[in-house]
Amino acid sequence: MQTIAIVDYGMGNLRSVAKAFSHVAPDQRVLITSDAKEIAGAERVVLPGQAAMPESMAALNASGLRDVLNQVSREKPFLGVCLGLQMFFETSEEGPPGVGTPALGWLKGRVARFPKPHVDLDGSVLKVPHMGWNAVHFPESARSHPCWAGVAEGSAFYFAHSFYAVPADEAAVAGITEYPRPIGVAVAQANIFAVQFHPEKSADAGLRVLQNFSTWNGSF
Amino acid sequence: MLCKRIIPCLDIKDGRVVKGVNFVGLRDAGDPVEVAKRYNDQGADELCFLDITASVEARGLLYELIERVASQVFIPLTVGGGVKTAEDLRPLLNAGADKVSINTAGVNRPEIFNEASHFYGAQCVVAAIDAKQTRPGFFEVFIHGGRTPTGKNAIEWAREVADRGAGEILLTSMDRDGAKIGFDLELTRAIADAVSIPVIASGGVGNLQHLVDGVVKGGADAVLAASIFHYGEHTVGEAKAMMRAAGIRVR
Repeated sequence: MQTIAIVDYGMGNLRSVAKAFSHVAPDQRVLITSDAKEIAGAERVVLPGQAAMPESMAALNASGLRDVLNQVSREKPFLGVCLGLQMFFETSEEGPPGVGTPALGWLKGRVARFPKPHVDLDGSVLKVPHMGWNAVHFPESARSHPCWAGVAEGSAFYFAHSFYAVPADEAAVAGITEYPRPIGVAVAQANIFAVQFHPEKSADAGLRVLQNFSTWNGSF
Repeated sequence: MLCKRIIPCLDIKDGRVVKGVNFVGLRDAGDPVEVAKRYNDQGADELCFLDITASVEARGLLYELIERVASQVFIPLTVGGGVKTAEDLRPLLNAGADKVSINTAGVNRPEIFNEASHFYGAQCVVAAIDAKQTRPGFFEVFIHGGRTPTGKNAIEWAREVADRGAGEILLTSMDRDGAKIGFDLELTRAIADAVSIPVIASGGVGNLQHLVDGVVKGGADAVLAASIFHYGEHTVGEAKAMMRAAGIRVR
């Protein structure tokens, strides 16, 4: 039996992600764990997140799991969700003004905050958090990514975030959403796949992404 | 472009879905899990559960209910009712809620919004505001399920909760709630324009045009309704078709 390890670093709600994986991969073991051995032994690893970046990075650093995560991030199919995606980058603006928060640095780039006010193309003010369902478009280079299999181009996914990733490497962008300008809301780099939206809360399209990940061998 | 959301609301009392007029005269509207699944199948964008029992004894029942729904329905769930401290969010989020709405506790102690937002993130903190026009041009905030006036100006209160870190406002017009004559568009527009966080309009939906009006005229980011969906008058799918026909982007 294969195992999906959902990394528990003491922040946020992991059960929604676990429930969704149990639903799409009933023949796999879905483990919420803070045990380095269990993470290293799993076939696939998921880093969820939904709270604030400074607290989450502090909790992750205090958990003692950074070494094992660094290791498996190079080896296994590894999924980041929401704040999990943001943590994969080098640094986030969220945190002390002018300082921000250093993150895991597996992907080149930073995490920025939507400006205040966040102005739409027609001059009206867009709401922040970016909350609700928005269409995700696949760049040509990522359309054949196994995690997108069976997901229609332009499908809507559920978002709830005030910060967003600015990947330095455009080739890593696997999904784009407009709010109002295009932002990278999915990234793919070797065995890493990460999404800013909540697949576990995005009905059929989201469940399909999770199902795809649960059978992905990590190559792209 | 971000879609406008349609949110069926399930008032929960003793483990059942109920609906009343102006918070009284409750009628049974079904088992929460069955109702939630039905709405999910119809394409609801999100579900809202308001626990109107909110007694200490019934709390465990609510967690179980959220847990059951969250295991079968994979769209965002907002839960409210009975939250007194920021700590009270944790068991609800752990049970499967994505957002928790705070009403009376926020008026009694506004710091709860700062604390909840700091610990759990703004995206899961919803400020529920029950407002009633108590004199011309003045919308007053009510608490305790609409029973207690606070003297607070709803528009100023909306600005304050947003500044304190709420990620969304669930705005209910008590004048309209259950009356089926449409949202209070003046109230909705005033609050939607006053804050930069999303606003969910609630209270008064009697037909599908009311949902369109809430977005187009009221400026709401999401529209919430209960009875038109619960009693089978309309499906969420019909509501979306109507909104789409009016040029509103929906999922």
